[in-house]
Amino acid sequence: MHKEFLMGNEAIALGAVAAGVNLVSGYPGTPSSEVLETAAKHRDDTTYVEWSVNEKSALEVAAGAAYAGARSLVTMKQVGLNVASDPLMSLAYIGVKGGMVILVADDPGPISSQTEQDTRHYSAFSKLPCFDPTSAQEAYEMIQEAFTCSETYGTPVFFRPTTRVCHGYASITVKDPSEYTRRRPEGFRKDTARWVIFPRLSYQNHIKIEERNVRMAEDFSSYKRNRIFPEAKDTLKPAEKPQKRGIATGGISFTYAMETLEQIGMIRLLKVATPHPFPEKLALEFLNGLDEVLCIEELDPVIERELTYLCGKHHLPTKIYGKLTHHTPNAGENTQDSVRQNITSFLGYQLPDQAKAGSSASEDRPPLLPVRPPVLCAGCPHRASFYAVKTAMKGQKTIFCGDIGCYTLGNAMPLDMVDTCLCMGAGLGIAQGVGHIEPDTACFAFVGDSTFFASAIPGVVNAVYNQADMTLVVLDNSTTAMTGHQPHPGTGHTMMGNIVDKIDIEAVLRGIGLKIIETADPLDHSAAVACVRRVAGEPGVKAIIFKSPCIAVTKPAGKMNIDTGKCIRCKKCIRELGCPALIMTGENIGVDAALCTGCGLCSRLCPVHAIIPSDTTACGADHPSASKGGNSHE
Amino acid sequence: MNKNIVLCGVGGQGTVLASKLIASAAMKKDIPVMSAETIGMAQRGGSVFSHIRMGDGLYTPMIAKGSADIIIGFEPGETVRMLPYLKVDGQVIVSRRTIMPVTATLSDTPYDGGEMIAYLKAHTHKLLVVDAEQACREIGSARVLNLLLLGAAVQSGALGLDEEDLKTAIRERVPEKFHELNFRALSYMKEHSI
Repeated sequence: MHKEFLMGNEAIALGAVAAGVNLVSGYPGTPSSEVLETAAKHRDDTTYVEWSVNEKSALEVAAGAAYAGARSLVTMKQVGLNVASDPLMSLAYIGVKGGMVILVADDPGPISSQTEQDTRHYSAFSKLPCFDPTSAQEAYEMIQEAFTCSETYGTPVFFRPTTRVCHGYASITVKDPSEYTRRRPEGFRKDTARWVIFPRLSYQNHIKIEERNVRMAEDFSSYKRNRIFPEAKDTLKPAEKPQKRGIATGGISFTYAMETLEQIGMIRLLKVATPHPFPEKLALEFLNGLDEVLCIEELDPVIERELTYLCGKHHLPTKIYGKLTHHTPNAGENTQDSVRQNITSFLGYQLPDQAKAGSSASEDRPPLLPVRPPVLCAGCPHRASFYAVKTAMKGQKTIFCGDIGCYTLGNAMPLDMVDTCLCMGAGLGIAQGVGHIEPDTACFAFVGDSTFFASAIPGVVNAVYNQADMTLVVLDNSTTAMTGHQPHPGTGHTMMGNIVDKIDIEAVLRGIGLKIIETADPLDHSAAVACVRRVAGEPGVKAIIFKSPCIAVTKPAGKMNIDTGKCIRCKKCIRELGCPALIMTGENIGVDAALCTGCGLCSRLCPVHAIIPSDTTACGADHPSASKGGNSHE
Repeated sequence: MNKNIVLCGVGGQGTVLASKLIASAAMKKDIPVMSAETIGMAQRGGSVFSHIRMGDGLYTPMIAKGSADIIIGFEPGETVRMLPYLKVDGQVIVSRRTIMPVTATLSDTPYDGGEMIAYLKAHTHKLLVVDAEQACREIGSARVLNLLLLGAAVQSGALGLDEEDLKTAIRERVPEKFHELNFRALSYMKEHSI
């Protein structure tokens, strides 16, 4: 054993490696991505790791490995599970031989997701057990227990950390490699009565699953991480409210609740580590003698509903409070402060002045703070692509359907080029649907290269087959940029370090039957505009592939400079592009040399040609954001 | 010794390495440490923060409002944004240099860093404004803002770590060719009296 300072996701990956995981698959998605990346870094020669093309493929690959007796881990973010839900629901009936953990990271807030969906529901829906860690240290140990549980019951299990557990760091105790479990999978054994799903088998297994889950709920009541923390003897009992109160919680909210209770005095607390199957016996022990219980959890009121149900089932007088009773917020993430507020008002407890101190500053309203929405990076080729389409289609009736990735940021002013965004790959279908209702609208769907492979291809097939009239714009930047530059089928390398044949997007589109496909460099503005005009004017389904690498995976071309003598300060460059490298320095327009990559898009639209490539390498030496390279590793 | 530390700034300023160095230094002294930081979309020019907590009996990496012993602000506006986290008698270290967001450039209403510094002066008891522009010029690199501010934090005494602790962390986490430069930045505030 030794100590390491680890991110929650790194701890989870190391826990899986220590448990002898044989295969890890996944699709990138914040806040889950670092798990697979860390596993790849620490794998031994017998472990296989891949970024799959999407979550459905990833889950199927992991299931296959577990059929063959391997320990497998599949990772994704919460919305990724929607994509993987088809194999998930059936796999729940079939079960596994080797341990299989389905890691789904939930994102309360949401901080970087489309939804605030709660994977604990998927767990109940699929009747699979769910492990819900509260911290990096617990996650490290718990994932090893999850593998054991999976093998004990022959079923895949969920592991559901949330953003603050995934991305929080702690100095934690981990095993040395010599302490790792080593496993040699037995291999797949033909057994059609076990591995081939048929209605009759599903019926029989359904009965077994229901019986198993009763057993499992019983076992989980004595699982050490489901736990009652007793009230302290000297716990403060507000005179005016003599009721006996308790708190039920799980996940990161448990840590917030403990910070408050350690300050104001411990009351009885139920920590739920397995929200499904719910540890009923333990919960009844917790409820015994309590008048009121406050449930503190993020996303949906899962613990609250379970306790409310238990009170009804056992005719208990305990009142259960939480989201359903509006005692806690029903959306957004919890914080130390919101939980402290919830607990103290539940207990009728006055906060001491010390804890209120921070609010003293806010009594006097601070000056208006700058708003900093995320924007496309300086030099991002997506800006050029959007600007080319915008210029070409000016004055025409259009709809620009966006998708999930960095290019969703094309919605920001001044580009304003994303009219819809729903989920991975949806832009294609939306463009078709709008086109069928409004045939006079030029319908565009923008999709990134990774998203193209992950979920856009069926949309293209649908468009061609059903005779849609639309333009597909593939923004090919040769990486999965938003989630941290993971490889994908178009990049030509894999997580195992192999160089493989790139899957060519244009060839895929030709194979589907598109006749008009043009590839263009978006940074060559006039050629790109001409290309859009040509292609969009054709009937049927046609495509433009804007090919230019992400600035984070390529060397900058240089820097631009503004000839202040020539510049007429019309600000067209700033107003049209919204590039963070174009700044006002007093009355003048300047280039922030620390950010500029020399893409030159601004120089192409300057009416007086005042923006020119700079020969000198002198950068904005005093700009603190000049952190690429040097000593900063962000 | 329990310490709550907030680092804040704009994506790309080097707050992440600074928080790693603090954590690393604490680990070396066998002090339990936890931290949390902004990851993902907001890193692209957005407001970023790191919470770091050191000491025993911690449950969560997140800091409650009114409980930070020190805020190390890489940008004036972002420091004001995080001020509710400061303890009544907490220390604030702030770089004077503002970073304009794209929105301010677009709207013709650039925001005023001086106003932010004035607000900080009026609402804190222990404030140290660092003229980072001047300092970085003297040190000879724009990329040492994080070490410069960490050095100022050490000098204030509110960090609970000394210069040697951080030097050890730098040796561990930063490529050797940058050590000398980083050490210079770290000790700059010692020689340019507060």
